[in-house]
Amino acid sequence: MKRIDGRKPDEMREMSAKAGIIPRADGSGYFQIGNTIAYAAVYGPRNLYPRFLQDPQKGILRVNYNMMPFSSKGERVRPGGNRRSKELGLVIEKSLLPVVNLYEFPNAVVDVFVELPQTDAGTRCAGICAAAIALADAGIPMRDLVAAVSAGKAGDTVILDLNYEEDSAEEGADIPVAMTGRSKEITLLQMDGRMTAEDLRKAVQLCRKGISQIIAVQQKALQEKYAP
Amino acid sequence: MNKELHAHMIKFLERGSRYDGRKPLEYRDILVEYGIVKNAEGSARVKIGETEVITGVKLVVDKPYPDTPEQGSLMVGAEFLPIANPDFEVGPPGIAAVELARVVDRGIRESKAIDVKKLCITAQEKVWTVIVDICTVNDAGNLFDVSALSAIAALQSTKFPEYADGKIQYGKLTDTPLPLADVPIEVTVFKIGKSYIVDPTPDEEKVYDARLTVAISRDGRLCALQKGGDVALSEDDIFAMIDIAAEKQHELREKLEG
Amino acid sequence: MGTLLVSEKTVVVPGQELATGMDYLPGFGAYRDGEHIVASQLGLLSVEGRAIKIIPLSGKYIPKNDDTVIAQVVDITLHGWRLEINSAYSAMLTLKDATSDFIARDADLTAYFNFGDWIVAGVANVTTQKLIDLTMKGPGLRKLGEGMIVRVGPSKIPRIIGKGGSMVSMIKEYTGCRIIVGQNGVLWIQGSPEGEMLAAKTIKEIEQHAHRSGLTERIKEFLGQFPKPEAVPLPPEEERPHRERRPFDPNRRPMRRSGGFR
Repeated sequence: MKRIDGRKPDEMREMSAKAGIIPRADGSGYFQIGNTIAYAAVYGPRNLYPRFLQDPQKGILRVNYNMMPFSSKGERVRPGGNRRSKELGLVIEKSLLPVVNLYEFPNAVVDVFVELPQTDAGTRCAGICAAAIALADAGIPMRDLVAAVSAGKAGDTVILDLNYEEDSAEEGADIPVAMTGRSKEITLLQMDGRMTAEDLRKAVQLCRKGISQIIAVQQKALQEKYAP
Repeated sequence: MNKELHAHMIKFLERGSRYDGRKPLEYRDILVEYGIVKNAEGSARVKIGETEVITGVKLVVDKPYPDTPEQGSLMVGAEFLPIANPDFEVGPPGIAAVELARVVDRGIRESKAIDVKKLCITAQEKVWTVIVDICTVNDAGNLFDVSALSAIAALQSTKFPEYADGKIQYGKLTDTPLPLADVPIEVTVFKIGKSYIVDPTPDEEKVYDARLTVAISRDGRLCALQKGGDVALSEDDIFAMIDIAAEKQHELREKLEG
Repeated sequence: MGTLLVSEKTVVVPGQELATGMDYLPGFGAYRDGEHIVASQLGLLSVEGRAIKIIPLSGKYIPKNDDTVIAQVVDITLHGWRLEINSAYSAMLTLKDATSDFIARDADLTAYFNFGDWIVAGVANVTTQKLIDLTMKGPGLRKLGEGMIVRVGPSKIPRIIGKGGSMVSMIKEYTGCRIIVGQNGVLWIQGSPEGEMLAAKTIKEIEQHAHRSGLTERIKEFLGQFPKPEAVPLPPEEERPHRERRPFDPNRRPMRRSGGFR
């Protein structure tokens, strides 16, 4: 079967990635998949105030997710965030947390800011991919990279990396999945839509395949920044 | 910065040089890219040195204000995104972002670049509102000039979306560009000690005494001014700074298309 | 048998497998996972005997005892000065570590180090909770006078210093500048304007190419492109970090931040 944009079911949109695109930040990453573009910047580890947020045993990770006002396919997005952007900040944070080691930075914070200038489905996944590049670029100790992609359904077929039309189809499902690069542990799993457990397994396996490809793109972006 | 280091920088400037090797009135490399955001009706990315700003334009249909029933309107907002600078925080625009947005807004508005009468669809009922959103990506100094240039470039690239039966078809752009009657350019001149500079670095922005932003229309007329900073300026200062801006605006203008 | 999967001095990224087998041991920036040694840090791979470690290419300054840092005064407390050292944490300089002078309880501490002043100091102690004590007791530790402050990534400092200080000596010699290198990625340069600018430019050049080989040659060539700046007499180094103390004046206004009308 062919998809709306001509891709095969397990084919992802075109990707590109860069590291170090925001010189002022301690680390930064850029990730584009299809028409979705994510920037991520890392500041820190740095002082954390107010004090009650501090953890004396380890540094904390804090992620903020934001769509630029002109980024959406439809109407202008009101600046300042909403419930959706709050939740996405949280789930991105939780997908990255298992790989970062912040025990060397008690009481401090590592801030990750994800900004989307242009969106076309899969923004949280693109945000995670950009953020992982930014964290590595910032020299944060992390045992692995993390990448994310979504899977879903079109008709009876399980498909990988939904675009906007596939994501907004009436009958379908959207399952964003993040995994660590080496061990393929799942650090993000959400789903909306209806699907059998069997199809879900297929979807996760498709994501696993896609994530391997993304990890290679992330690695290349990081190595290119420092390549001789 | 402490006294000794401040004095050191001033000494440098008085000899006509800056820490990064530039002359006082020299801009860093200027880069303008049009149409970088597919989902906006107009957009541009401007880089001056390492400072980078993305501006997008969205068009919406609104009811006109009752006192101007046949005019559309312009809105300019600036988001100092926290990716750009360690001191920018998440949250509503601070006073610096508000000032910047208003200064850019005035340059566009007062040069009459946008003919608001041409934005009328049905008098008293429907008019276009042009919303310009300035987003900082990397702040390496001089956000004022970079933002103003990206705003006008984004407007230059703006096309109307299809509009029928009271509904906008976002994503389907017509060939009709947003009519621009003028192209205002803003140049900010800074005074540090006795010296004038343009295009400051973050270190220079920490120590400047006063600044003057000058918006200049295509025919060379002044269309908006904003004096900033903690120190007063003399009349001579003001006119010297305006002269500098009038001279430097050509450098920025030639980076734009048309 | 252990096998190295990546050659030495290549850029490796977190999660990348570096070696297999039990012959190799993970050092800084690496960890063992079963048969594999894996990177936990972006950096250059370095093998020393059986140990595999990563030399970081980025990251904030992590203070260590006996490091020399260039720090800026951000606050003055009852007990001394709080300083910014370009790390995740600020550092303290207590009265006792600042000077051997007797300082009266009501003394004006700004007479020693004022807000915004830059000093070159030693790291005396770092606790597990990252409380950092600085000291001014040691050769060359002092308040810094007029000059230019340059910042680079702390991971680049070893390359800027060079083997046995060779790189920084070369820059000092060519530019006629006094240069103090803080392990925390902050440098202070004092000389003629041309000299300072060239020194700053050269330091940025090293920062950009820090991870490449043949750096010394490259920098020698880089300097050679520019005319040697004329040497100027430099002001004497301030040996002791203090000025004359003002006698206590009960009517004097309390300390305040510098600034206001200029």
